[in-house]
Amino acid sequence: MTTMTAPPSAAPRRSDDNLQARRLPVLALVGIGVAALAVSAAIVYGTGIGGPVLVVVLGALLYLLGAFLVSKAVEGPRQARNRTWSALIHSAFVLAVLPLVSVAWTLLSKGVERLDGNFFLTSMNNIGARDPNGGAYHAIVGTLEQVGIATLITVPLGIACAIYLVEYGRGRFALAIRFFVDVMTGIPSIVAGLFILAFWVLIVSPVFNNGQPTYSGFAAALALSVLMLPTIVRSTEEMLRLVPAPLREGSYALGVPKWKTIMRIVLPTARPGIVTGVMLAIARASGETAPVLLVAGGGAAINFNPFENSQSSLALYIYGQAGTASQYAPGRAWTAALTLVALVLILTIAAKLLARRNRLSR
Amino acid sequence: MAKRVEANNVTAYYGSFKAIENISMTVEPKTVTALIGPSGCGKSTFLRSINRMHEVLPGARVEGSLTIDDQDIYDRDVDVTAVRRTIGMVFQRPNPFPTMSIFDNVVAGLKLNGVRRKSVLTEAAEKALRAANLWDEVKDRLDKPGAGLSGGQQQRLCIARTIAVEPKVVLMDEPCSALDPISTLAIEDLMFKLKDQFTIIIVTHNMQQAARVSDRTAFFSIERTGDPGRLIEYDYTQKIFSNPSEKKTEDYITGRFG
Amino acid sequence: MGDIPPRSADAATGGTSVTTSHARSAGAAHPADLSPTPPTRVPDGGGLGGGDALPRRQAFGAERLFRGVTMAAGAAVLIIIVAIAIFLIAKAVPALRANTVNFFSYEGWFPNDSEPKFGIGALAYGTVVTSALALLIAVPVALGIALFLSHYAPRRVGTVLGFLVDLLAAMPSVVFGLWGRDYFAGPVTDLSVWLNKYFGWIPIFGGDGPFGNSILLGSLVLAIMVLPIVTSLSREVFQQTPKANEEAALALGATKWEMIRTAVLPYGRPGVIGAVMLGLGRALGETIALALTLGITFNITTNIVVTGGNSIAANIANAFGEANEVGRGALIASGLVLFAITLVVNMAARAIIYRRREFTETAA
Repeated sequence: MTTMTAPPSAAPRRSDDNLQARRLPVLALVGIGVAALAVSAAIVYGTGIGGPVLVVVLGALLYLLGAFLVSKAVEGPRQARNRTWSALIHSAFVLAVLPLVSVAWTLLSKGVERLDGNFFLTSMNNIGARDPNGGAYHAIVGTLEQVGIATLITVPLGIACAIYLVEYGRGRFALAIRFFVDVMTGIPSIVAGLFILAFWVLIVSPVFNNGQPTYSGFAAALALSVLMLPTIVRSTEEMLRLVPAPLREGSYALGVPKWKTIMRIVLPTARPGIVTGVMLAIARASGETAPVLLVAGGGAAINFNPFENSQSSLALYIYGQAGTASQYAPGRAWTAALTLVALVLILTIAAKLLARRNRLSR
Repeated sequence: MAKRVEANNVTAYYGSFKAIENISMTVEPKTVTALIGPSGCGKSTFLRSINRMHEVLPGARVEGSLTIDDQDIYDRDVDVTAVRRTIGMVFQRPNPFPTMSIFDNVVAGLKLNGVRRKSVLTEAAEKALRAANLWDEVKDRLDKPGAGLSGGQQQRLCIARTIAVEPKVVLMDEPCSALDPISTLAIEDLMFKLKDQFTIIIVTHNMQQAARVSDRTAFFSIERTGDPGRLIEYDYTQKIFSNPSEKKTEDYITGRFG
Repeated sequence: MGDIPPRSADAATGGTSVTTSHARSAGAAHPADLSPTPPTRVPDGGGLGGGDALPRRQAFGAERLFRGVTMAAGAAVLIIIVAIAIFLIAKAVPALRANTVNFFSYEGWFPNDSEPKFGIGALAYGTVVTSALALLIAVPVALGIALFLSHYAPRRVGTVLGFLVDLLAAMPSVVFGLWGRDYFAGPVTDLSVWLNKYFGWIPIFGGDGPFGNSILLGSLVLAIMVLPIVTSLSREVFQQTPKANEEAALALGATKWEMIRTAVLPYGRPGVIGAVMLGLGRALGETIALALTLGITFNITTNIVVTGGNSIAANIANAFGEANEVGRGALIASGLVLFAITLVVNMAARAIIYRRREFTETAA
């Protein structure tokens, strides 16, 4: 490095030039925490107004207050606010973890009670209130069939609709479709159930059944379709939009017609993302209770025919057992819940892992 | 009041990767110093260690000493937010806060530091905008979104925002590389003007710009990819561009590499 | 220019190899066809490449068919929505006509009687109150967690936890309802008793008991259900804050919280509002969790700790089993009201998001 003569600095020193600030050591914070707990315990047990939970809650509040005041005095108000908000944000996390861990724990501990072959291979047919047996075979069959039919309906329909919106739609018609798809995403699941009740069960099905309304698994599948369709349209639309325009243009430039481009180039490129969206929709549909409650009939026996006679589903089964006055019902309910959660989790995790490996990410 | 910046054996790491090694130089107050050199030689890394922005990245750290008027800014007792208030930074791409109006953007730094009085803020805003040569263009639309200006205007807005808190040193990381030539000229003129109040250190890829605006120039370079960047030569701009002492400097200046 | 013979002429005279190959693929090029005039257009074109004429556009080809199919799919969506509205109204009207009291204000539910009396007063009130309370509890916590995951937690921890939150958002509501009624009700009852003992002078905590399946329990369970969705969406929004703005705030000397307040929160506001509205929509429509945890009474009260509470959706689930024709129509009518409420909420959410676009869309 070459040296050179440097003129002396002419700037005078001012008091606010000091960059230093006092820091609150970690030990001080620990001390404040301990003190807060002690004071809280003294108050709570002294006046007898509560138990250990209250001590912790009050202690936490006292800690926040104490830490803020001490930090303000030592480090300044801005750092104090920074610390307090940081503590609040961390505690939000802790607060939310507690009930969620409780749900998971209950699910696992109560759910293993009836994890036996009998549960998965029998139904609730002829099971009385004092009968410890009975299982969810019929419910599992129901869920699989209903969700399966719903998927068969919504996937082609949804993908076709999304293709229209992305590749062809211009103007008011497409705008209207998009708007109503958005509306559909907000339909409460029970309203979807009511619609199929009003439309299919009460008006259309009697036509095929001598004037008698039929509650069936198929009706439930229709209701689930109403719920799945907007999700699939939305996510497919998003995935199709992510396919880069140059890819399409390259195909057109080779003289390939538009529909072939879509089928052979655009769709395969977007496929992982579309599959992810479909799997998430299936996971959601599997867990729906309300629409199935209204239109499937909630049968207790095994029924492989979704078009005739009532059917049940896993979610409906859980709800039913929850309301059954038998000492054996909770066990069945929780094991069914564990099964349903396992099903939904597998689907969701698989979908998310697939999404991770997707080349077309946002 | 502008301040002197002194670096002594500054070495900076990204995790285990050494980005710059043993940089030592002194920047005098009220001067413009340009840092030039090929891509990847650590100029921006060095710049960001001056206002302690380097450590914002996870795993990044700085060794050595950096002092502002003999105050070590990496000292354990130093409040990093105070350092950043004293040493302002203008970034490569203009980054006005998109949800704020032009006025709110300019006074953002002041508000963060607790200045609340409307009269004080208005006065400071006008002063900063005038200093940044932007006042005449925006004085009638101070409440419009900051992001609605052109690129050059946005960058001048960011400069106004930086100088509104009255720092002692202003760092500029390739401030004109995202701008058109007219805006670039405007900002170079601005640098001449600001030199009277602040110490300015600017990283630039554009040698002609360095020759135009700076009093002294520092040339950084690396041996091979993966090596840390080093300071090769630091001298008056005149000398660097007409008669450099190091061969490497001459090679770079004459375009033989980089 | 007519004088210049076509390239293929060279082939006949042994021109360069380039033109030879051109001649071969040029279809009709033939020494006998050499003429200065361009060949006449043949209606049906040959294969690809430099043939004589272009294929005529097919009027009823695969392209039209494909487009038509997709358009029909689009139309199907419109038809479904319209059908929903029509059929629900069609089934609701007769019941409404049979009603002997005011549908909107009456608080009881007796549609199966010979003189049907039913009203959504208590139901609508319960729906709105439980949802509002649930959001009041859930949103601050959700935003805190979202900020924690996006800006405070170490990178890998944040990713893993974010993944877990997304999984939670997919959990079926019946599981939360079951847990709420069987396990959470205990602690909430204890809390209600405590609140009633020491804060009973505040109307919402008043009453004489019993304290169990109350609006408080229902709202808390709803809050836990809505939490993952709001958290997940908010976290995504916070993560998308431009790093440049975050750095700008830090470079001005902001503390971490000040940086979040200056750069992250304002940028994320429309997204957060959208997430909250989505959570609200979900809470309003939630059936099973509330059917299992509310006390199912039919009165409007500000007290949230005593056993009671009801919502439109929970009522539908509960009353459906024993409903006759009028009963079903009444339930459908209440469902329509619920649909209208959720529709309004969704529209409002969209309006808010679009209005704020002006400021954020122009960001770099």
